Amino acid sequence: MTAETTDIPVEDLEPKSRRGFLRALLASPSGVIGLVIVGVLVFCAAFAPWIAPHDPLRMAAGPRLQPPSLAHIMGTDDFGRDVFSRIVHGARLTLQIGVIAVGISLTAGLTLGLLAGYAAGWTERVLMRLVDVLFSFTEIVIALACLAIFGVGLTNAMIAIGIASIPFYARVTHSVVLVERNKPYFEAAVSAGAGHARLIVLHLLPNVVPTLIVVGTLGVSTAVLAAAGLSFLGLGAQPPQPEWGFMLSASRDLISRAPWMMIFPGLAIAVTVLGFNLLGDGIREVLDPRQRSR
Amino acid sequence: MAEPVLAVENLTIAFGKGSARHVAVRDLSYRLHRGETLAIVGESGSGKSVSSLALLGLLPPRAATIESGRAMFECRDLLAMSEAEQRGLRGDRITMIFQEPMTSLTPVLRVGLQLIEPLVEHKGMSRRVAEARAMEMLDLVGLDRPERRMRQFPHELSGGMRQRVMIAMAMAADPAILIADEPTTALDVTVQAQILDLMRALKTDFDTSLILITHDMGVVAEMADRVVVMRAGEKLEEGPVEDLFARPTTPYTRRLLDAVPRLGALAGTSGPRSVVAEPAPVGEVLVRAEGLSKVFRDRAWFFGKGRASAHAMDDVGFHLAAGETLALVGESGSGKSTTGRAILRLIEVDSGRIEVAGDDIRGLSSRALRRERRKMQMIFQDPFAALNPRMSAGRLVAEPMVIHDIAAGSELDDRVEALFRRVGLESDHIRRYPHEFSGGQRQRLCIARALGVGPRLMVADEPTSALDVSVQAQVLELMLELQQTLGLAYLFISHDMAVVEEVAHRVAVMRKGRIVEIGPRADVLGDPRHPYTRTLLAAVPMPDPTRKRGALPTLDLETVPMGPLADVAPGHAVAQ
Repeated sequence: MTAETTDIPVEDLEPKSRRGFLRALLASPSGVIGLVIVGVLVFCAAFAPWIAPHDPLRMAAGPRLQPPSLAHIMGTDDFGRDVFSRIVHGARLTLQIGVIAVGISLTAGLTLGLLAGYAAGWTERVLMRLVDVLFSFTEIVIALACLAIFGVGLTNAMIAIGIASIPFYARVTHSVVLVERNKPYFEAAVSAGAGHARLIVLHLLPNVVPTLIVVGTLGVSTAVLAAAGLSFLGLGAQPPQPEWGFMLSASRDLISRAPWMMIFPGLAIAVTVLGFNLLGDGIREVLDPRQRSR
Repeated sequence: MAEPVLAVENLTIAFGKGSARHVAVRDLSYRLHRGETLAIVGESGSGKSVSSLALLGLLPPRAATIESGRAMFECRDLLAMSEAEQRGLRGDRITMIFQEPMTSLTPVLRVGLQLIEPLVEHKGMSRRVAEARAMEMLDLVGLDRPERRMRQFPHELSGGMRQRVMIAMAMAADPAILIADEPTTALDVTVQAQILDLMRALKTDFDTSLILITHDMGVVAEMADRVVVMRAGEKLEEGPVEDLFARPTTPYTRRLLDAVPRLGALAGTSGPRSVVAEPAPVGEVLVRAEGLSKVFRDRAWFFGKGRASAHAMDDVGFHLAAGETLALVGESGSGKSTTGRAILRLIEVDSGRIEVAGDDIRGLSSRALRRERRKMQMIFQDPFAALNPRMSAGRLVAEPMVIHDIAAGSELDDRVEALFRRVGLESDHIRRYPHEFSGGQRQRLCIARALGVGPRLMVADEPTSALDVSVQAQVLELMLELQQTLGLAYLFISHDMAVVEEVAHRVAVMRKGRIVEIGPRADVLGDPRHPYTRTLLAAVPMPDPTRKRGALPTLDLETVPMGPLADVAPGHAVAQ
């Protein structure tokens, strides 16, 4: 057999394999900034007791309502607790919220979307119309409804946020599955005689997951924001938990006397959301099929 | 000789920088004379498109750099111009038409507006004058009822009509040079013939020079005055079209010309060429299809059936024997791919009977159908899309054997390796991923995957139309060799008559979901009885500049016989 007479140099230009994933991520500016912010957040969460100079729950760690100073770099709150220590410990809660809420919605949404997209016909119609109905409520309304059922508390808030965003993940998964299952490689697997489980797990899932990694990363910031909102309303974190949204709401009455009580938790939320958004953008740039070879 | 309209000198274009630098075009020079058609020919990656995009300043900014060279047009260097100057020339003195007429028209604007805009912009015409000119152009490119067309959106037009609009747009400015990048590749062969005729006529009327970028030697022979052959970014040779076809000077051009399938080359024979010493003879009937019908429906919102939108198959029936190739030919929308998929039960038909090796395919349970799939496999048009990007080549080829429990462990590995060698791939390709292969290698991979389970029927849906001609020749050779050693039956779906002639024993011509003519290849291609078959054959461009294609027989759409088939000769049936 003669060798191929044509070479296709265009394709050699972009050898983006999985090994090159991290390198490619580090080559995108938004990926780097996002990675740094999320890295700092994870670091704070992991080593909170060693980083925080004070016990976040101990009252009268210093005088009350102290403005930022060397002893308390972000000042103290109305109970004399060190704001910086509370923010560092708050990172733990924030990460928990992000991971648990996104974990719930991602798992459930992925399963629903995969089943609906794969099954087609009646199953698909019923499942997706159901999702449409849920989708027509604002996420926060569904979360509030869930909290009304489960009762108030941070753990319940996480679960509620997770449940509330299931429709979104189901929609995204469903649309990706619809695209993938119409590609010839899926038809090739069907014509090879692959069964349902094999088609879903081996052929669809690996091609759906990259998109969902991007969506999930972006979703963490939405979840953090939603949790902060619920805590601000008094439905999430309860005193004395050092949750950022709750800290914001506690500072509401003291806004003119002690603005630092509001500024720093607000900043922490904003930076975290920004970090996850940038990271998600970076990952999308790397995983975007249009950027890969062909 | 007179001063050339365009003189390209020592053009070098590179993508990327530093170690990633890749030269796409190296030291390219050519001249284009007034009123001349210059064809730039080459396979994928030859730099033929890139070099022309550079002339218009349309290279992707940042990614590509013009490292050296000049392109003199009307005493100015196109490559040294500012962006604003280039914009002034684009769409005015130099215009371009592209391969995909849908994507080069803006979908949200009416056709008329898109035609008028450049005239107002470049020629300073008033809207009223521009509108009159636009209508005149639409009339010139052969579109009926120009006033109506002006108000339509691109999606309301067919592919051929869109390409006519593109041509109208390109010629309305009365350009000195028209660059056509694969202008007919996405079109059906009869439409291609019309568009080529139109371009030739307009070129003469407007005294325009034409740069025709193509991979199709038939189009070159039909259109070009002179030819530049490019390979891997370099010009290999250049010459008048007759000389180039008669006496190619480089081995590459000779190979390229030899690889082009020529319709009529096998006119006196009944079957495909034998590529093995003792080819397996055509055996007993393996596939029987009767009365297949399928109506595509719009998606239902919730309840009931969607609205019927198209008759994809209407009373389609044929038989196919072991070791035989039945070619399904037709233009887009003729239902040939639908038929191929229906035989494999990849789509469900509304009515009819399908029998493969004695089993009623439509009556099988889904479990039995999965087992049955061992016997019938498929090869796809776009081999890259047909390979799961997240599986290694070895996994992909092993997959069907794993599904059918044919082998496991080291036996499986051995079989995969043997299959790789069987289709002409190296065993160290096993660990690679699909994107690391070339187009032809990917199609070999697809063939290896299909062969693993020992099928008796292969449905090949345009298996070579995404490949370069030289690669196409190799893949066809492999398919012939496999058929003749293993006695495979092929249902070969294609729009390319010359390819069909090379591989088929029998041919079925499809139009609008119906078979209008079916019979032995030599009869259908040599003595076509149905007017549609005749039109199809007449439209095929001949890769021979000394032969001129006659005028296209006009097909009266109203009176084309589309009724039931009736025998005109043994085994040769035509719609009445």
